[in-house]
Amino acid sequence: MQLKIFLAFFRVGMLGYGGGPASIPLVHREAVEHYKWVSAEEFGDILALGNTLPGPIVTKLAGYIGYAKGGILGAINGVFAVMMPTILLMISLFAVLSAFRDTPWVNGITNGVLPVVTVMMAVLTWSFIKKSKSDFGWKIVLPALVAGGVIIGYLNVHPAIIIVLLLAAALLQKDKTTEKENESDTGKEGK
Amino acid sequence: MTYLYIFVAFLLPGILGYGGGPAAIPLVQYEVVNRYGWMTMGEFSEVVAIANALPGPIATKMAGYIGYEVGGVFGAVVAVFATVAPSLILMIVLVSLLLKYRDSPKIKRLTMYVRPVIAILLGIITFQFLGNSLDGAGTLQTVLLIVVSFLMLERWKIHPALVIVLAIGYGAVFLG
Repeated sequence: MQLKIFLAFFRVGMLGYGGGPASIPLVHREAVEHYKWVSAEEFGDILALGNTLPGPIVTKLAGYIGYAKGGILGAINGVFAVMMPTILLMISLFAVLSAFRDTPWVNGITNGVLPVVTVMMAVLTWSFIKKSKSDFGWKIVLPALVAGGVIIGYLNVHPAIIIVLLLAAALLQKDKTTEKENESDTGKEGK
Repeated sequence: MTYLYIFVAFLLPGILGYGGGPAAIPLVQYEVVNRYGWMTMGEFSEVVAIANALPGPIATKMAGYIGYEVGGVFGAVVAVFATVAPSLILMIVLVSLLLKYRDSPKIKRLTMYVRPVIAILLGIITFQFLGNSLDGAGTLQTVLLIVVSFLMLERWKIHPALVIVLAIGYGAVFLG
């Protein structure tokens, strides 16, 4: 079992490009279709659960499914298999680069890569803005982005402080109508 | 003491980064560049570039590499542990509670409320990377590379790893 857990998440780690969220279908293929460790429905539950919590998603999936199938060792195994190979690749690539640190072509690599990373970050930024817009609408999102940009960018307030305040607001906010809707929904499910 | 700093630096992105691994990028940047000064913005941008060119989850790749640079093998272990463990342990321990409340508006609001902050942080990094690009490659080359790589990534859907490899090749030959 431990070997299967390792192989499943090793493949996820080595084949998933574009960060954790892009690897979710690969986890689905291994855990649902190939090894049948969880049903498609359970997988949906686990994914939804993982999304309610912060931090990287694929390691949560690997750890959770590893734990369900192989206990604590399975959890460590799953997380290790999904991330270790690429960490080692990353460290060795940088070891090669730093050996040539002062040559002009390594400097050139940085110059060539920076604009591309700028584009990637811009695309990522836009995807977060778009999702926020569908949650709140432009009328709230635009002023919030400007205000937040000033607070973090110019007043140098640590973003963690703002996030913690917002998390507290999200939990403390009383939203009667949606709260009731939700209660009746879960009530129906219960019956 | 270094290990404690590494732990704190990666614990914050691990427990505050709603929206998966990529949401952790700006939080890691804040700690590693702004707060602890372990890297310059230029070095950090290389880390993001190489991390994007390699497969696998992005937050743990960055944690593993930066932890290793700052504190050796044990530093890497500490950084990865701080990134992964808190939310994973919460998930395993609180599974029944979370399943019960996962449709609650409060839980849904958590991600919703944090998302704009992540967007701001990502936006700030984007501008800083842009500034560094202009300094490093010059205006003309920067504009050229941005337009071409945008078309490749978003219009022609060329694999990001390939785009980065091409940029590495172009930079090494023409921008050195």
